[in-house]
Amino acid sequence: MVIAMFDDAELRQRAWDVAATVVDPEIPVLSIADLGVLREVAVRDGQIEVAITPTYSGCPAMNMITLEIELALEREGFRNSKVRTVLSPAWTTDWMSEDGRNKLREYGIAPPQPAGSRRALFGVEQVKCPQCGSSDTEVLSEFGSTSCKALWRCKSCREPFDYFKCH
Amino acid sequence: MAVASIEISETPLVLYTLRRADDALILGHRLSEWCGHAPILEEDMALTNMALDLLGQARELYSYAGAVEGNGNDEDRLAYLRDVRQYRNLLLVEQLNGDFARTMVRQFFYSTFADLYWRAMMKSGDATLAAIAAKSEKETAYHLRHSSEWMVRLGDGTAESHARTQTAIDDLWAFTGEMFEVDPGERALIEAGTAVDPATLRPQWLKIISDVVAEATLTLPKGDWMQQGGRSGRHSEHLGHLLSELQSMQRTFPGVTW
Repeated sequence: MVIAMFDDAELRQRAWDVAATVVDPEIPVLSIADLGVLREVAVRDGQIEVAITPTYSGCPAMNMITLEIELALEREGFRNSKVRTVLSPAWTTDWMSEDGRNKLREYGIAPPQPAGSRRALFGVEQVKCPQCGSSDTEVLSEFGSTSCKALWRCKSCREPFDYFKCH
Repeated sequence: MAVASIEISETPLVLYTLRRADDALILGHRLSEWCGHAPILEEDMALTNMALDLLGQARELYSYAGAVEGNGNDEDRLAYLRDVRQYRNLLLVEQLNGDFARTMVRQFFYSTFADLYWRAMMKSGDATLAAIAAKSEKETAYHLRHSSEWMVRLGDGTAESHARTQTAIDDLWAFTGEMFEVDPGERALIEAGTAVDPATLRPQWLKIISDVVAEATLTLPKGDWMQQGGRSGRHSEHLGHLLSELQSMQRTFPGVTW
């Protein structure tokens, strides 16, 4: 087996790089590394253990992400890898990489605001339209096509758009 | 042949965790009943999104209750194989959806409480409960914002929406006292730093409720008689009917999986 030639640190890095290629099935432009869902990759007795954290408690993508990680690792020669879910510290959109935010915007989804803003009881968020860049926007619904998104509308270009909620 | 209910070793921590899990599951189930029936498409998505959050919270809590109990009961067995008297949720969350105003008032009362409760539970000495709370409070903040906005929209809306919302407040108010109830087992967990003392949350809860209700041009009932029973397994007639639907598949085909 190829991987026998590497020490643990190299194995860990290679496994991280493989796991980091897995994308969110609902937002396929973002990898689980961009999202901050991929938390840790460890090597235990020559086997890979990956820790991921859910975005939302009920996120239905977690099972699929787990399976995709196991398959990606298997394809690269890592046998019997384990994926476990960790809850703490709780995932926050502040972990999303700058690269991830740019990819989201280009995909047509407004990236999340800093997480403090969800505490306002009556909405005061200012979200820029990912299509035309205008700040003249309004919320249509706090809940969108997936748990992590809200539905907004741009009053300048009149296009509706998804907003990745801060969390 | 229907499968029998399971017996649970109800230590104080198991019971405490099950109570929180049952609240989330039953309210989540009620909200899911709106799927395809909400007044507008955006609300259909909002209600089912919230149902999904609550279901996720319930899953984490049931898994933990099962692990603490240590008898091999997983989240599915705890949800599908306990009978109505073994459910310990608040009477509030099992009440019928009624019209949209009633669903929103129920959600507003519960979300205001849950938001304060999860934030307090983040300081629990029990690491798993603290972690579940840290996830849940983020979701609940949105549920609270959503239902608060609807309270104002409905109360300060038309004569019809105002009247329906006021009726819902009057009918559901007697179910809010139970949220602040504590039994001796839970009292010991509070003193150990594991559980949250709900009495400490009551002033803040009442302030948020009063402020939003006033903004909505509505009023809170004067009466302070409160209904009890859910936390000890004495439920309204509605829960049994809800469970017969929720559990029918596992009761009819024991252990069936996707």
